[in-house]
Amino acid sequence: MSDLIEGFLGKSVEGKKSRLPAKLDFVQSATGLFLGLFMWGHMFFVSTILISKDAMYAVAKFFEGSAFLNEPRPILVSGVVFFVFIVFIVHAAMGMRKLPTSFRQWQVYRTHMKMMKHEDTTLWFIQAVTGFAMFFLGSAHLFLMLTQPGTIDPYGSGDRMLLLWPFYILLLLSVEFHGGIGLYRLCVKWGWFEGSDAKVTRKNLKKVKWAITVFFLALGFLTMAAYFKIGLDHRDNAGERYHPSAMVITHMNVGVKS
Amino acid sequence: MSRTITIKALKYNPNSKVSKPHMVEYKLEETDGMTLFIALTKIREELDADLSFDFVCRAGICGSCGMMVNGKPQLACRTLTKNFEDGILELFPMPAFKLIKDLSVDTGNWMNDMSKRVESWIHTTEKVDISKLEAPIEPIVAEETFELDRCIECGICVAACGTKLMRPNFIGAVGLNRVARFQMDPHDNRTDEDFFELVGDDDGIFGCMSLLACEDNCPKHLPLQNKIAYMRRKLVAVR
Ligand code: HEM
Ligand code: SF4
Ligand code: FES
Repeated sequence: MSDLIEGFLGKSVEGKKSRLPAKLDFVQSATGLFLGLFMWGHMFFVSTILISKDAMYAVAKFFEGSAFLNEPRPILVSGVVFFVFIVFIVHAAMGMRKLPTSFRQWQVYRTHMKMMKHEDTTLWFIQAVTGFAMFFLGSAHLFLMLTQPGTIDPYGSGDRMLLLWPFYILLLLSVEFHGGIGLYRLCVKWGWFEGSDAKVTRKNLKKVKWAITVFFLALGFLTMAAYFKIGLDHRDNAGERYHPSAMVITHMNVGVKS
Repeated sequence: MSRTITIKALKYNPNSKVSKPHMVEYKLEETDGMTLFIALTKIREELDADLSFDFVCRAGICGSCGMMVNGKPQLACRTLTKNFEDGILELFPMPAFKLIKDLSVDTGNWMNDMSKRVESWIHTTEKVDISKLEAPIEPIVAEETFELDRCIECGICVAACGTKLMRPNFIGAVGLNRVARFQMDPHDNRTDEDFFELVGDDDGIFGCMSLLACEDNCPKHLPLQNKIAYMRRKLVAVR
């Protein structure tokens, strides 16, 4: 009954405001932080393809539990993806509350942005647009990884890049802009690293933010190019799994003996 | 060396059935040290007696003269025309407030409502005896509190805020700064829970999207970013 009354009046029977908006704000930031940092780690893992196919293969198998199990199990990757997907969905649900939802809100924000030419106001708009795009792009990517974890290896990912490169370009741009701006916003929102002079800190944070965005975009595009080239070279055998060079040599030895 | 400057202003009277919003262009000679206040006064005296705009102090103290100058909210009395290289100033009234006419908006009633909403007065159970000396406060605390009291309620932070424009009930930086002011003041006995009741929702502290145009445009350079983050940390911790 008291839930009904609270819902009806917007305050509890004791006349108190709900604590939920505070929690939602916190959850938005916590999930954003997790996703932002996860994307950094993610980029470092996928970019091991720039070192060698074997390096990327080793990383892929590591996440399938190669360090502890005799047989790598792709389902473990599905498990990680599932967890990230949940965080992603929660974050998207929180983010939704902030997006413009009527024509007037959209119109007034666009006009304001054009008049003010204020960097952080414009960056928020970029964050909102890229966030919206990721409803679809992020979900599609996560769904692929959730259902086909076993295809993650130099060849499988190369085949995928050859097929889906326009999709991945959009996803890369969305993630890097959204995440970069988001992490910067987290710092100013909660006053992290504020120090004695918040204004100076903010200038520096902005510089770091841009540096990080440029770095990850560069690394991301190089990585995509590497997968694309593998996919291209491997086009005639698309669908085939990768075998690390060490393993291929063993097979050959076996072949010679028998 | 004097030059001719161009001032374009939105003219519109929302209370008149026949008034249509339109831009009017005025050309005038720039004088030494000319502020936008001086320019507008000259326009009203010599070119257009019907142009409405607000001023009181002409010195950046009263907070009545905020308007959008080339897209940014500024105090007209503190805006020097010589800083505009091409000599063109395009004026709009501040958004977010009720338009009275042309460049004149009603910040007063809005600020009044805001003050009531955040209960902008000292809440204390102590009986004040004015015949006795006040209890002393740490000078540093007093300084920090009075620093936030420098707000002149010009409304520039409100007009600069994209969040506020999208969500008209948002309290704005001026309101959050006011809450921080009383939160820090040892005279005020309110707890963080009490402040949560005032601004602990999406129209208050948790609605702020950290666009920070308030911080970047406040003519008094109040530490708005700093204080909003501070209140957010305090209120998110309330059980
Ligand atoms: C469907 C996907 C997503 C949507 C709809 C979305 C939406 C949003 C929105 C609207 C905000 C702004 C919140 C505010 O202004 O208070 C935001 C913040 C943020 N987002 Fe996302 N986002 C999505 C995915 C992601 C991803 C994949 C990452 C990781 C790269 C990420 C990282 C962040 C961060 C770090 C913040 C700052 C958190 C905060 O302001 O509290 N988001 N998101
Ligand atoms: S905080 Fe600054 S911009 Fe906002 S009303 Fe006060 S003086 Fe004006
Ligand atoms: S006229 Fe008082 S602040 Fe400009």
